[in-house]
Amino acid sequence: MFHKMTLSTLLISLGGAAGIGFAEDTPDVQTIVNKANVVAYYQGNDGKSTVQMVITSKQGQTRERLFNIVRKDVQDGGDQKYFVYFQRPADVRRMSYMVHKHVAKDDDRWLYMPSLDLVKRIAAGDKRTSFVGSDFLYEDVSGRNLDEDTHELVETTDAFYVVKNVPKKPETVEFSYYNVSIDKKTFVPMKMEFYDKEGKLYRTIESKKVEEIQGFPTVTVSLVQDLKSGSKTEMTFSNVKYDIGIGEIFEERYLRKPPQEVTK
Amino acid sequence: MTRGKTMAVLVTLACTWTVGARQEPNEPHEKRSPVREFLEKHDIEYHGFYETRVGARLLDDPYEGKDLSIGEARYQFDLLAMRDWGDVKVKGDAYGDFVEEQAVFDLREANFFTRPSDSVDLKLGRQVLTWGTGDLIFINDVFPKDWVSFFIGRDTEYLKAPSDAVKVSLFSDAANLDVAYTPEFDSDRYITGDRLSYYNPILGRYAGEDDEMMISRRREFFEEDETALRLYRNISNYELALYGYWGYWKSPAGFNSTLTRATFPELYVYGASIRGTLGMGIANAEVGYYDSVDDRTGDNPLVNNSEMRYLLGYTQEIARDFTAGVQYYVEQLLDYGNYEDSLSAGSYARDEFRHVTTLRLTKMLMNQNLMLSLFAYYSPSDEDVYMRPMVNYKASDHLMYEVGANVFFGDEDYTFFNQFHNNTNVYCGVRYSF
Repeated sequence: MFHKMTLSTLLISLGGAAGIGFAEDTPDVQTIVNKANVVAYYQGNDGKSTVQMVITSKQGQTRERLFNIVRKDVQDGGDQKYFVYFQRPADVRRMSYMVHKHVAKDDDRWLYMPSLDLVKRIAAGDKRTSFVGSDFLYEDVSGRNLDEDTHELVETTDAFYVVKNVPKKPETVEFSYYNVSIDKKTFVPMKMEFYDKEGKLYRTIESKKVEEIQGFPTVTVSLVQDLKSGSKTEMTFSNVKYDIGIGEIFEERYLRKPPQEVTK
Repeated sequence: MTRGKTMAVLVTLACTWTVGARQEPNEPHEKRSPVREFLEKHDIEYHGFYETRVGARLLDDPYEGKDLSIGEARYQFDLLAMRDWGDVKVKGDAYGDFVEEQAVFDLREANFFTRPSDSVDLKLGRQVLTWGTGDLIFINDVFPKDWVSFFIGRDTEYLKAPSDAVKVSLFSDAANLDVAYTPEFDSDRYITGDRLSYYNPILGRYAGEDDEMMISRRREFFEEDETALRLYRNISNYELALYGYWGYWKSPAGFNSTLTRATFPELYVYGASIRGTLGMGIANAEVGYYDSVDDRTGDNPLVNNSEMRYLLGYTQEIARDFTAGVQYYVEQLLDYGNYEDSLSAGSYARDEFRHVTTLRLTKMLMNQNLMLSLFAYYSPSDEDVYMRPMVNYKASDHLMYEVGANVFFGDEDYTFFNQFHNNTNVYCGVRYSF
C-alpha cells in the first residue's frame, strides 16, 4: 500500500508539474483536494476529541448528542480506525461504536450494547445516511472518498480555492454537485455548498471556528444547515488532542470495555 | 374476544393518559437531590429511567385469569464508579407489577471489572453475558434468558437474565479466550404456566396458572455449576469462534416421574461460528452440538435427546435507514429412531428436523427518532409463527414511547410458538431516561 501511495503521489505531482504551467503558487486541483482531505480527516497519526452535537429542528426543538471520538490512521489519506463512545442521550449512553474505515472497500462497523452485552456487526450502509439522527451524514463525519467525484477548481479568491465536485455516479447521491471553499493557507475546508438535482442550493456545512492545536489547524465548531427542512446541527469539538500514541484498541475487547483514553 | 377488546380499549386509554401526563418540557430542570450530590461528589455516575408499561391479552385464555398481560411501573438505577484499579457497577430495577400484584426488586448487575494486565480482563459478580452470532436465536449463548419478559413485551434488554459468575478473558495474538464460570446454576426464566399458558405434553393440553409446573431446582453451590468458554480470533475482520459449555439445560428438559417434577438434565454444548462481510451485508453461520448427557442414546422419553443446531444469517441495508435481516435455523433431534420408539402411545412426536426462518425489518424515520420494526419467526415444519411488531418514538432526548405486540399462531396446539397462541398481546410503554 505504501508503495502504491508513493507512486500515485508521485504521478500526481509529475502531472501537476508537467500539465499545468500557470501561476506557480496555485497547486492543481488534485493536490488541493488531497491536502484538504488530509487536513480535515487525517491530522497527526491519531487524535481524540469530545464532540457535542446540538440538533435544532425548524420548530426550534433541540436534541443533544455527546460522545468521545478516537481515531487512528492506518495510512494518511487512506484507511483509518475509529472509536465512538456515547455519553448522551441517556438511552445510548456507554454504547460504543467501532469503524474500520476502508478506502477501497466497504467499512467494517460494530456496535456494542452494554445492557445486552451484545456485540453487533452493522452492515455497511448508505453513507449518505444521517449520523446519529443529526443533519451530519455518515460521510461528512468519516470523509467522502475523493475518487467518488471529479474535481474542478472553479475560482481562486484572495482567501479560498473554490472546488466544484461532481459525483461520478450521480444516481447514488442526492446532490448534483457541491462546491468547497478551501482556505488557501491552511487548506481547511471552510464551506461546503450542496446543490440538488435542480441546481438549487439546499445544504451547507460551514467551519465556524478554526483553532490551531499542536500546530494543526482544527475545526472546533462546525455547522450544517438543511435549507429544505429548516433543521440545523452544530458540532463542537473540545479536548482535542493529536499524536497521543493510541494503541491497538480497535478490537472487540475494547469495544466491550473501552479504555480510559476513550471514556475520559 | 369481547374481553380482549375491552382490555385493548382500556390499555389505549391508559397509554393516552400516560402520554398526556408525561409530556416533558424540552429541557427539564434536574432536581438537585442529596443523593445525586453525594454520588457526584464521589465521582459515581448515576443514570436510569422511569417507565410505565401496560398491555392486554387479545384472546380469551381459559388457563389464565387476568386480562392484563403486562402492567408495571418501573424504576431502574445504574451506578458506575470508574477508578484506576477497576470499575464497580450496580444496576437494579424496582417495579410494581400489577399483574402479579407485587413489588419486585431485580438486581440486574452488581459487578467488579478490572484489567490486571495487558492480556487479562476480569469481571466478577452479577452480570449479563452474551456471545454468539444469532439474532434472537441462541445456539452457543447458553446464558440465562428471560422468556417471560420477552413474550409479554418488556424491553428487549430483559430477554437477557443476569448470571452470578466470574468471567476471565485472556488475550493473545494467536487467539482470545473467555471463560465464564457460574458456581450455582442459573436457569432461564422460563414459562411455568403462572403468567403465560403453554402446552404441557404430560397433561396433553394447554396448561396455565392452575397447573403451574413443579420444578426440581439445582442449587448446589460449586457442585451444580456451569462453565462456558469461547475461543475466538479475527482474521481480516472475519470473526471466528469456538465454544464449549458444561452445565444443564437452561429450561426444564426432563421429568422426574417419582418426584413428578420437571428437571434440568445435564447438558454439554460444543460449537463454532463465523461472521463477516459478504457482498453488501453481514453474513453469519453458527453450529452447535447439544450433548444431552443423561440421555445419550435417546431412549429415555423423559429427558431431551441430544441435538444438532444450525444457523445461517444475513443482514443488509436495503434502502436508506431500512435494514433487513434473514436467518435460517434448524434443530435436528439426534437418535430420532430411539426417540420415536420410546414415546408412549398417543403422545405426539416432535419432528426430527425443526426448521425456523426469521425476518427482521427495521425502518428509521423522522431523523431516526421513529423506528418501525418487525421481527418474525416462521417455522415451515411446525407451521407456526411468532411476530413482534414494534413502533418506537423518541419524543425528546429523555422521553420515549413504544407500542408493540406479541402475536402467536399456527396449526397445532403443541408446536413451539403456537403453544403460546392464547397469550397473544399488545402493549405500550413510556420511558423517561436520565
